[in-house]
Amino acid sequence: MANFLVWVVWVGAAFGCLVSALGVVSFRNPFYSALALIGNLASLAVLFLLLSGEFVAAGQVLVYGGAVMVMFLFVIAYVGPRTESPWTGGPSWQAIGGVLAAGALLVEIVVVIGLKAGGDLAHSHDVGGAFGTPSYIGRRFLTDHLLAFEITSIVLLVAAIGGVILGAHSRTTPDEVPSL
Amino acid sequence: MGPGTAWYLAVAGFLFGVGTLGVLIRRNPLIVLLSLEIMLNGANLALIAFARHLNNGDGQIFALAVMAVAASEVVVGLGLIVALNRKRVPLDVDRLSSLRG
Repeated sequence: MANFLVWVVWVGAAFGCLVSALGVVSFRNPFYSALALIGNLASLAVLFLLLSGEFVAAGQVLVYGGAVMVMFLFVIAYVGPRTESPWTGGPSWQAIGGVLAAGALLVEIVVVIGLKAGGDLAHSHDVGGAFGTPSYIGRRFLTDHLLAFEITSIVLLVAAIGGVILGAHSRTTPDEVPSL
Repeated sequence: MGPGTAWYLAVAGFLFGVGTLGVLIRRNPLIVLLSLEIMLNGANLALIAFARHLNNGDGQIFALAVMAVAASEVVVGLGLIVALNRKRVPLDVDRLSSLRG
């Protein structure tokens, strides 16, 4: 019974994930695309929970669904909705090339994973109850992966400085200094 | 016993493919950024599926680092879009074809 419930939750989350990803790519209005991406992130968080990645799921909802998407919606509202219709007006060479390249990439991913790990994927290890909890992640971050932790903080600091510089109003006239 | 690792990897590969499609065919830089997020999330799902499969938490650490990098990328990308909009440059990646410097 529990097995059946896990499958039901998995199918719902995976279906929501795929449909909302297609929605992001094909909606005309960027506002709807951003809303579809929120659905995509929420269903991905459910998949992470099924994979016993509790801390990553919480971080996904907080960082992506909260902070990043609010910033996206704010910028879309600031720039104004610019609709474009990606699937109308006949197939252009660019759309055909894009579909072919994406399909080739997908086939390549499937073939590589199937060839390299096809046999090993059937039997997975059992994980303990502590796997993926905040204390587990925190211990790994502060012991084995301390350098990655510090580099991440430096990357975030540099991004914050870059955002401030790009967003600041330049006091000079536009033809004097290229502010971009 | 729920769905195996291969199912999660299939979803991850499909997400990566759809994100690639969006990056290649859309012209609005905002939607290009959204599609990049889908690609990064597909990679994250594969990392976490393999972390669960191998009972090794390093994949989850890597996924968190990817999330931090994605947040930084969004900050810089949205800053660029706002700066372009302020300079009245058309927001169309096909028409942003010249650099100045």
